[in-house]
Amino acid sequence: MKVITANRLLDGEVVWLGPDGKWVEVVGDARVFEEASELQQVLQSETVSEERQEVVGVYEIEVAYKDGRLTPTRLREAIRALGPTTHPYLGKQARPESPAA
Amino acid sequence: MYRYDEFDQEFVNERVAQFKDQVRRRLSGDLTEEQFKPLRLMNGLYLQLHAYMLRVAIPYGTLNARQMRKLAHIARSYDRGYGHFTTRQNIQFNWPTLADTPKILEELAEVQMHAIQTSGNCIRNVTSDQFAGAADDEFADPRVYAEILRQWSSLHPEFLFLPRKFKIAITGAPQDRAAVQVHDIGLQLTQNAQGEVGFVVFVGGGLGRTPMVGRKVRDFLPEKDLLSYCEAILRVYNRYGRRDNKYKARIKILMHETGLDALKQEIETEFEAVKHTFLDLPREEVERINAYFAPPAFETLPAVSENFEAEKRATPVFADFVHRNLNGHKAPGYASLTISLKPIGGAPGDASDEQMEVIADLAERFGHDEIRVSHEQNLVLPHVKLDDLPTVFKILQANGLATPNAGLVTDMIACPGMDYCALANARSIPIAQEISQRFHDIKRQQDVGDLKIKISGCINACGHHHVGHIGILGVDRKGEEFYQITLGGSADQNTSIGKIIGRGFPANEIADAVETVVEAYLQNRVGPEETFIETYRRVGDAPFKEALYGTV
Repeated sequence: MKVITANRLLDGEVVWLGPDGKWVEVVGDARVFEEASELQQVLQSETVSEERQEVVGVYEIEVAYKDGRLTPTRLREAIRALGPTTHPYLGKQARPESPAA
Repeated sequence: MYRYDEFDQEFVNERVAQFKDQVRRRLSGDLTEEQFKPLRLMNGLYLQLHAYMLRVAIPYGTLNARQMRKLAHIARSYDRGYGHFTTRQNIQFNWPTLADTPKILEELAEVQMHAIQTSGNCIRNVTSDQFAGAADDEFADPRVYAEILRQWSSLHPEFLFLPRKFKIAITGAPQDRAAVQVHDIGLQLTQNAQGEVGFVVFVGGGLGRTPMVGRKVRDFLPEKDLLSYCEAILRVYNRYGRRDNKYKARIKILMHETGLDALKQEIETEFEAVKHTFLDLPREEVERINAYFAPPAFETLPAVSENFEAEKRATPVFADFVHRNLNGHKAPGYASLTISLKPIGGAPGDASDEQMEVIADLAERFGHDEIRVSHEQNLVLPHVKLDDLPTVFKILQANGLATPNAGLVTDMIACPGMDYCALANARSIPIAQEISQRFHDIKRQQDVGDLKIKISGCINACGHHHVGHIGILGVDRKGEEFYQITLGGSADQNTSIGKIIGRGFPANEIADAVETVVEAYLQNRVGPEETFIETYRRVGDAPFKEALYGTV
């Protein structure tokens, strides 16, 4: 199970590709790919192209449902999804809408 | 300290304008990320895990109160209220936006600061002794030569696209506090039998995945040849350094593969061609730069301050603080004060905007308007009167800045690690925090004495783990953070690369392992006067191995 991630060009914010082709700020809102072929098709499409001036560094990551929530499986990606583990009051984890807040 | 002349200021202003235009073109789509990335890196702007990161140069770690206040202002206005001081004596902001960066650089230029050459394959910020111009063991102020090297290396047309980055460090004291032997070029100020100033020159030191101690190429390089000789080294490196493999591209690999004698010969041949050209350093130019670093007008004071001694007797926490955080000063009645950025359980090297403001105020009121950044990620007020220390201490204490741990086990170097860094394989800061908590008791720290723990979250070794008395390297083992311990490293005048002691430890066991190593030292030392590194060098690996892994 995979999602597509990147950093937003303007401010570096970590984003994931949402179901409607827009980039979203919460991993739980990301479009989940079960099929490798479908994932590759989107990765090669105009939707995620850096030429659209929206994001940089597009790549896929592994996710899983943990306690009912979509969570990146690798620690690095989990940290990207929340913020620095040493500063819980910084990054996405500190936002009111965050499940970790 | 050095002040920009019209050329410096114009150069920095032009560069800001240029970058502003580059950002505009990037945002409008005229530049692709592939085209823009090298341009932003040349201006110190990285993209890390959560956001952009801006690395601002602090030349040879010297800044004044106005500059520190500007850093505080940037932390508050464009970032998240803090900055991270690094082992390169620079500061990093972890959360700026791309759109704000030109404005930040404009603000920095107002106080004669910039982010040029803090990244990329060029000559980076020249680093030096944090006690330069103040230390009682200093032979000459290394910042004069660091500044000359800065001017020579800034936008040097031949050396902007080197095989890899290039770092120069310089010290003016026999006690090397600038780790010169683990830099691409290390310079140690010295004098010859005729009393002339010159340098011992080391080449090919470095950390990263292939740690090497620099090899001595000159016992005495005359002052006037400084730039010609460095030019010769860089030309040889630029010509022969490998460009096919970034992991083998540093000059340390060239030194290793070519051999000391052959490389030295190449450098000397090139030097013959370069010397006596326009790069000869005239004595008048050295004097001109030297004038910028003239010591402040120190008062004539007795070596012993009654006020200071009385406070030590009356206030044990003050006595603890000055016992560790002062360094001997060349002027009687003065000291250099280390302000530790390693509070118990804190993130090494972080300072809040308020703390930066407090330190700027202290520098102005009590410190001749000078502040230093140490490569050990602390701040220093180099010139403080002993008489003033009780007052300074109270202000530091009120602002969480009076941790009395300089050089002790909790005064650790740690890279940002996987909490921020896109290259890291494991976290560093939480490990430092846990070790810090373990050894929070100051009496225990004092009993352990001088001990340098250095932590890196990947093999690039930004946390200098190879030269830690105890080094910790975070690696990724099948998706889990895992930590290797090295022992016996050192970055002073007796530089050594630490040896891996045995198998590594998972994150939840590494603090225990460090404690075990420290306990083994306490059991094996001949007495409190024998430091950790001295004990290790005397007894070797065996007792530590046994303590960690049992008899094998």
